[in-house]
Amino acid sequence: MNATLVVTVAGLVSVGTYLVTARSLSRIILGFSMLGHGAVLALLSAGGPAGETPLADRSSPEEMSNPLPQALSLTAIVISFGLTLFLLALARRQNALSGDDLVEDDLEDRRVALLANEESPEPVSEDAA
Amino acid sequence: MSTVVALSVVGPLLAAALTLALRARHRLRDAVVLTTLVGVTAAAVAILIEVERSGTIVVRVGGWDPELGIVLVADMFAALVLVVAMATILVVEIFAIGQRRSAAGADPDVVVPVLLVLTSGVALAIVTGDLFTLFVAFEMILVASYVLLTHQGRQGQIRSGMTYVVINLLASTFFLLGVAFVYAATGTVNMALLAERIPELDTGTRIGIGTWFLVVFGSKAAMFPLFSWLPDSYPTAPTTITAVFAGLLTKIGVYSLIRFQTLTDMVDLGPVVLAGAGATMLVGVAGALAQDDMKRILSFHIVSQIGYMLLGLGLFSVAGVAGAILFLVHQIPVKTVLFLVGGLVESTHGTSSLDRIGGLAMRWPLLAALFAVPALSLAGLPPFSGFVAKLALIDAAIASKSTAIVIVALAGSLLTLLSMTKIWLGVFWGEPAGAPAVPSVRGSLGTMVLATTLAVAGTLAVAVFSGPLWDMSERAAVELLDRQPYIEAVIR
Repeated sequence: MNATLVVTVAGLVSVGTYLVTARSLSRIILGFSMLGHGAVLALLSAGGPAGETPLADRSSPEEMSNPLPQALSLTAIVISFGLTLFLLALARRQNALSGDDLVEDDLEDRRVALLANEESPEPVSEDAA
Repeated sequence: MSTVVALSVVGPLLAAALTLALRARHRLRDAVVLTTLVGVTAAAVAILIEVERSGTIVVRVGGWDPELGIVLVADMFAALVLVVAMATILVVEIFAIGQRRSAAGADPDVVVPVLLVLTSGVALAIVTGDLFTLFVAFEMILVASYVLLTHQGRQGQIRSGMTYVVINLLASTFFLLGVAFVYAATGTVNMALLAERIPELDTGTRIGIGTWFLVVFGSKAAMFPLFSWLPDSYPTAPTTITAVFAGLLTKIGVYSLIRFQTLTDMVDLGPVVLAGAGATMLVGVAGALAQDDMKRILSFHIVSQIGYMLLGLGLFSVAGVAGAILFLVHQIPVKTVLFLVGGLVESTHGTSSLDRIGGLAMRWPLLAALFAVPALSLAGLPPFSGFVAKLALIDAAIASKSTAIVIVALAGSLLTLLSMTKIWLGVFWGEPAGAPAVPSVRGSLGTMVLATTLAVAGTLAVAVFSGPLWDMSERAAVELLDRQPYIEAVIR
């Protein structure tokens, strides 16, 4: 496995992880694209060193690069493309409903937590976001 | 017989396309869906009979060698879970057709095709013989579930849907990275070849891969501490959809976990799984006790019950894994029917909040009975199916001398009973709480009650046939832990 690829994968995954922890869905979407690219690159580099185009009439089997991870990557790319679009639609809908695209806390959970703190003198701040 | 295995995956997909074309012709569309689901269920039963009689069925898709191509494998474990899963989807669809005639249901133009895609994904996840196809099957299930959860576009659904989608996407990305790791370490994604090669890796790599997939499948299965997305998102969806999710999605996670961990011989991770199992049981049931809405209580119970299946896996003994399989088989219909009852309450009373309903036992004794049977079964009281499954698990834990987990499991059961009593007191007992705002249900209620009754009958059947089911679970567990039958069936 070549070092440049390893560093690239590590970089993509760390930037992706940072972005995914954000509150705003648009940042999360960017984070997912990064993570997805990182995962696809990892999959490609798992297939061994690069070689000739894996087509039967163009190169001999010994010098071909491994086609299986390429096929797997292609599937993964298509899936993550579709899901990115779905997430964008979700962000748009959230924007239309509430004016922002923040991922909010579980309301019911907050209500139950408030019940538990009913006797405490300081009310728990209801809206952290 | 191999065609039947392939058809159980392809059939629902073709039907999904057909129902998209039949949007305007409702009766014809319902007929197509029911025929498909009945057909798939029948196919699953046929597969189970064939597997019982003459062993594992292997399909090499396109005739490719297992090292390169996709294989579908129906062994005892797969066939057993397939039958229960398909029958459950069928019952929920009957319920949904009933509900569709009332106004409260989800938009059938969206739900019908997407549910069929989900069915296909579930079938594929169960019978697939390679890790990457399992990833694709998970994506099919998840994409369908994202749409089902959020398609009505209500505020609460979008809010909890965002958490659900983000967490599951993260788990999927981890899955993909895991596939890359496995491929780098072994040069294959075929599960039978992995079963040969992963145990030969050095300890560090092997445990690393095992832990990685424990996290991946654990978050799909809502294992502690990866469960927080579940109780938030499930109750917001329409009932029929929550019922399918509750019965199937997390269980497919557990199924894949059992499949992967036994096939790659991750005995060393047993104690980790056991600790996770104990925490899942207790935290889930404690969460349920804190809630006061029927659907939310039941959602927390999904988490808690996952713990029992993990307990069986964590023991890594034949009795333990067989117990986990039997528990899985009992849990799918029980969980589904509890949500269907929740749906009946909600569609006749407009709410499932415990404070705003009451006294249903007097007004509608049939519904009370339909709730009582699966609720007692969930808590593990004899003579219901939950008792048989829990007895098997606890027996296995005692045999493996894991006293701590036995105590935790029994405490969990007691608390389950307690929170079921809470629903019973709030919804069915006592004085009828005011005049409920009843939305009109017209003639559809009969179909919904029929579907729920069918599902209750299913859970009772699990109890009545627990003898043969136990034999099949045990045979499945022996095959899983031995690993050789699977490897030989696929490679030779």
